[in-house]
Amino acid sequence: MSDIVPATTLLRVEGLNKTYQAGGPPWRRRRVHAVDNVSLTVARGRTLGLVGESGSGKSTLGRCILGLISPDSGQVVFDGVEVQGLSGKALSSFRRRVQPVFQDPYSSLDPRWPVGRSVRESLDSYRIGTPADRERRVLDLFDRVGLNPNLVNRLPTHLSGGQRQRVGIAAALASDPELIIADEPVSALDLSVQAQILNLFMDLQQDLGVASIFISHDLGVVEHISDEIAVLYHGVVVETGDVEQVMKRPVHPYTSRLLAAIPSSTPPRR
Amino acid sequence: MTGVLSFTDVAVRFASTETSTGAPPVPPAVDSVSFTINRGEIFGIVGESGSGKSTLANSVMGLLPRSAQVTGSIRVNDREVIGLDDDQLRSMRGDEVSMIFQDASASLDPTWSVGDQIAETIRAHRTISRRGARAKAISLMTEVGIADAASRYSDAPHRLSGGMRQRIMIAAALANNPQLLIADEPTTALDVTIQAQVLALIGELRKNHGTTVLLITHDLGVVAQVCDRVGVMYGGKLLEVAAAEDLFANPQHAYTRALLAASPSGAPRGSRLPVIPAAWNIEDLQRLRQEGTE
Ligand SMILES: Nc1ncnc2c1ncn2[C@@H]1O[C@H](COP(=O)(O)OP(=O)(O)OP(=O)(O)O)[C@@H](O)[C@H]1O
Ligand SMILES: Nc1ncnc2c1ncn2[C@@H]1O[C@H](COP(=O)(O)OP(=O)(O)OP(=O)(O)O)[C@@H](O)[C@H]1O
Ligand SMILES: [Mg+2]
Ligand SMILES: [Mg+2]
Repeated sequence: MSDIVPATTLLRVEGLNKTYQAGGPPWRRRRVHAVDNVSLTVARGRTLGLVGESGSGKSTLGRCILGLISPDSGQVVFDGVEVQGLSGKALSSFRRRVQPVFQDPYSSLDPRWPVGRSVRESLDSYRIGTPADRERRVLDLFDRVGLNPNLVNRLPTHLSGGQRQRVGIAAALASDPELIIADEPVSALDLSVQAQILNLFMDLQQDLGVASIFISHDLGVVEHISDEIAVLYHGVVVETGDVEQVMKRPVHPYTSRLLAAIPSSTPPRR
Repeated sequence: MTGVLSFTDVAVRFASTETSTGAPPVPPAVDSVSFTINRGEIFGIVGESGSGKSTLANSVMGLLPRSAQVTGSIRVNDREVIGLDDDQLRSMRGDEVSMIFQDASASLDPTWSVGDQIAETIRAHRTISRRGARAKAISLMTEVGIADAASRYSDAPHRLSGGMRQRIMIAAALANNPQLLIADEPTTALDVTIQAQVLALIGELRKNHGTTVLLITHDLGVVAQVCDRVGVMYGGKLLEVAAAEDLFANPQHAYTRALLAASPSGAPRGSRLPVIPAAWNIEDLQRLRQEGTE
């Protein structure tokens, strides 16, 4: 998976900071430094695995890159253009080329829409193909994520958690993005459906050169599909590099702890 | 041995939700499921996404939508729960039966601080001062690994990360030392270190209060760490029930064997992983069911 030819940079994040005010009465309010001076790059067609403990800032970083929240400082540069300040056509093109899979499959789908419509939404709004093409594309996407095509007319509340999560993945793939920011995309899936989704991500990478940032708390998953890995700890990137290297020689104590805690696939009893 | 929770021939059907005509009839979401969980036992359920795990869990406390028709018998502490009215079910919730839902966002009130939501659960079931409930809520938040819990007490749910919200629900569900805990995918957003901490809490609850646990998870590491027995679901059916260690050492059903083989750990990096045909593909379902009963 490693290249000799230097890969071209698709995404560059430079000195990104994001702080939040924690709740509570004003005299006790504290600032949470959710993303702390983060810099990283993703090359075209590469997968960056992003790991870190719960609350370490993974989702916040993803949302900053997507332009859904604005950072306090720092830069996000996609394909040579700074994302902050994009508007009009340029913004719409960015939104089409960079697609999110949100962490919470329950709140990220419009509850009033049949799920097929949520998947078709970006095809409609970017006018991709004829209406008949779009219908076919939606069914094809359902098939690729292992969903029964009979479910297209269901409302999200009538689907299981893992089914909703896969609707979210299908929706992200619809507009043929160049970069997918997938936030815990397989967290609700059984091992077999997870395998199907991991295969799908690997196919997209190999056949279409799609790059992704794959956020997951599961190191086994991240190790399987990533080229590079970045470890966040309290908002700081404490470790980054080639997956194999990081797994073999972790530098930061948190990474070592994570590696040590991974249960093997058929662990002995207690 | 006494069964704390038992299912006999339970089936759940959802009234058709298809808006298009001519769609094929929907098979039952849960199909003739029978098993009993003993006092103090931690019983795991694993299985395909969409195989009916949450539907089964939600059927116990009457939490399915009206479109669901439940048949068979479900007994909690020897009391039939199918057909109980809302008041009767409500009185069982909290200290007798407590639930952790798969959907964290729907079970937390977005307008209310997370700490107060835990404290309120505590106050609903025992006489304790406001201040006492608050202190207890903060200590529960700390126990589920929320750093700086006192200052997080007043945060609204949207100010917490996904995994932190999940842990708030766990804290609320454990608050009253329930006799029966039904936990639906409680650790999906947690990394292994925090997951181990949460599983230890559930283990302690069982040890100190004899709590019985129905634990739905797709994580076989979780099964191996805490479950005594485990049931495997596929296409609405319970395919097999085994002692946890036997399931890994000697899976009986073809589906279970295939499931174990689909894990990325152990597979060469970047290799294609084996996938099991989905249960909605009827032919494959029948084939697997036949293979399984050999
Ligand atoms: N809207 C907000 N207001 C205040 N604080 C916030 C907000 N969103 C996130 N935070 C805080 O920022 C920190 C990082 O949160 P984030 O959701 O990015 O973590 P995460 O790494 O995605 O965690 P998880 O693995 O649990 O999903 C947390 O302390 C969280 O409470
Ligand atoms: N309210 C509903 N109306 C109609 N069908 C439903 C409803 N809720 C669930 N279903 C269907 O019932 C089946 C079982 O769903 P359930 O949520 O129990 O699955 P699950 O095993 O929990 O899956 P997951 O692991 O993805 O959470 C699925 O095919 C789902 O689409
Ligand atoms: Mg997150
Ligand atoms: Mg479920």
